[in-house]
Amino acid sequence: MNNKEKYTQVFMSCFSLEESDLNDELVYNSISEWDSVGHMGLIANLEDTFDIMMETDDIIDFSSYHKGMEILAKYGVQF
Amino acid sequence: MKDFFSDIDIHSDALALIAEDSERISYAKLLLAADDIGRHLDKRSLVFCICGNDVESVAGYIGFLRSRVVPILINAGINNELLQNLLRAYLPQYIWLPVNMIGAFSDCKQLYHYRNYVLLRTAFSTRYSIHDDLALLLTTSGSTGSPKLVRQSYRNIISNANSIARYLRLTTDDRAITTMPMSYTYGLSVINSHLLKGASIVLTRKTLMENKFWQLLKEYEVTTFGGVPYVYEMLRKLRFSRMELPSLRTLTQAGGKLGAALSAEFATICRDKGIRFFVMYGQTEATARMSYLPPEYGISKAGSIGIAIPGGEFWLEDENGGIITQSDTAGELIFKGENVTMGYAQDYRDLSTGDDNGGILKTGDIAKRDDEGFYYIVGRKKRFLKIFGNRVNLDEVERLLITAGYECACTGTDDNMVVFYTVQHDCTDIEHYIIENMGISKAGFALVHIAEIPRNDSGKILYSDLSGSGSPCV
Repeated sequence: MNNKEKYTQVFMSCFSLEESDLNDELVYNSISEWDSVGHMGLIANLEDTFDIMMETDDIIDFSSYHKGMEILAKYGVQF
Repeated sequence: MKDFFSDIDIHSDALALIAEDSERISYAKLLLAADDIGRHLDKRSLVFCICGNDVESVAGYIGFLRSRVVPILINAGINNELLQNLLRAYLPQYIWLPVNMIGAFSDCKQLYHYRNYVLLRTAFSTRYSIHDDLALLLTTSGSTGSPKLVRQSYRNIISNANSIARYLRLTTDDRAITTMPMSYTYGLSVINSHLLKGASIVLTRKTLMENKFWQLLKEYEVTTFGGVPYVYEMLRKLRFSRMELPSLRTLTQAGGKLGAALSAEFATICRDKGIRFFVMYGQTEATARMSYLPPEYGISKAGSIGIAIPGGEFWLEDENGGIITQSDTAGELIFKGENVTMGYAQDYRDLSTGDDNGGILKTGDIAKRDDEGFYYIVGRKKRFLKIFGNRVNLDEVERLLITAGYECACTGTDDNMVVFYTVQHDCTDIEHYIIENMGISKAGFALVHIAEIPRNDSGKILYSDLSGSGSPCV
């Protein structure tokens, strides 16, 4: 799996989504699963998947599916 | 004893609320708005207060109390089926709700608009009486479908707000930021205790996982906030120890047991930052709070729920109801105080009932007391868990799943419910069912497949035989 596929997979499994749900509308709190608890799970999963440790500012800035990719790029994850 | 709704007129120009859009609302402005709302309802009537952490909800709530109208506080995010159940059970004369929710209430008359909220007169015509002492009602679980509510009296809410403000030593210079729903007893206690002291509250729907929350905290120089155990897991993840938050003076924790390790960790971090950290314990049945751990004992007695609040009293009883006098001996924790609520309600007929408890509450928790009189919770008598601060009744979850056609047994620990199921292919269906219908986050439970649910001869599930078996749902 390439990075984009891994990233997509994490979102789909954390929030029980289909690939078609992964779009510009997918932002924090837009679905009931993506609340603060869901966010913790998402971050933990992404950290495990990409073997990184995210900084506080990046955790709280990670507000959407798309923003997340920009943020992960800072950790050397290329999409 | 002063109250936090009528006696707060004296604070007039002091700041009461700061809304998410930066609007500042003084006590005078809040009370004007509250009274404008309140005058539209008949005295001793029932209103569903569908709330969020916003000015309209607080103004409505205070307005209802001032006008002696009884609100049932309900989270704006409530599952629609549960809301319909509550409506049918309680037949309220009025509903106070956000304008974007009125779609379902076209048969109601719109009486008054205030900012984004509207007051509706329902079409229910059943007449019933409401006990003079009844101030408000709150849900206990909020998610699993039961319309069971706790009846809180004026004396309960005034007494608890005073006790809390007293042991936290809140002053008019304090400023809280909301971290929990107002319809949740802990969230409500923050509002009550701060208004009581003429302090201010930053109202926001933002969570700790959002940038804006921390911006608000810093910009308004927030001095205090509270959190359920999961909030402290989040703070640790966010490396709270490294944050620069000079305005913070007090952090509180309730809504479930914070493990001894995490408790000690935050007690230490807070001591190093000059923040007072209060671990606390309570239940909706005791209005909000029963005990607190004084910060100076946060490290040495990490894991303890502390001592009874001012005016309250604890003791332990054995299985025969005998009082336990020795230290380090487990028994059921009993509490006595003015904040012990009147009892429960299942429907509108229970609203005229008086005090069922006489000021004494059997908490349902098993506890021990050390030599210095500090209490520690060691277990629970009843089958429920706290998942991210919310009470989840395990028997209720089981019942709902079985009714939906999934054979199962529910057990687990706080923030970690375990559902044992037998039919293999039901796995993801059960997961979806729980998330959609019970408002329990995916992170709060796990599914384990087993061949057969262990039962005794009379068919009762043997929960103790469950742990350690089975294979996880993938």
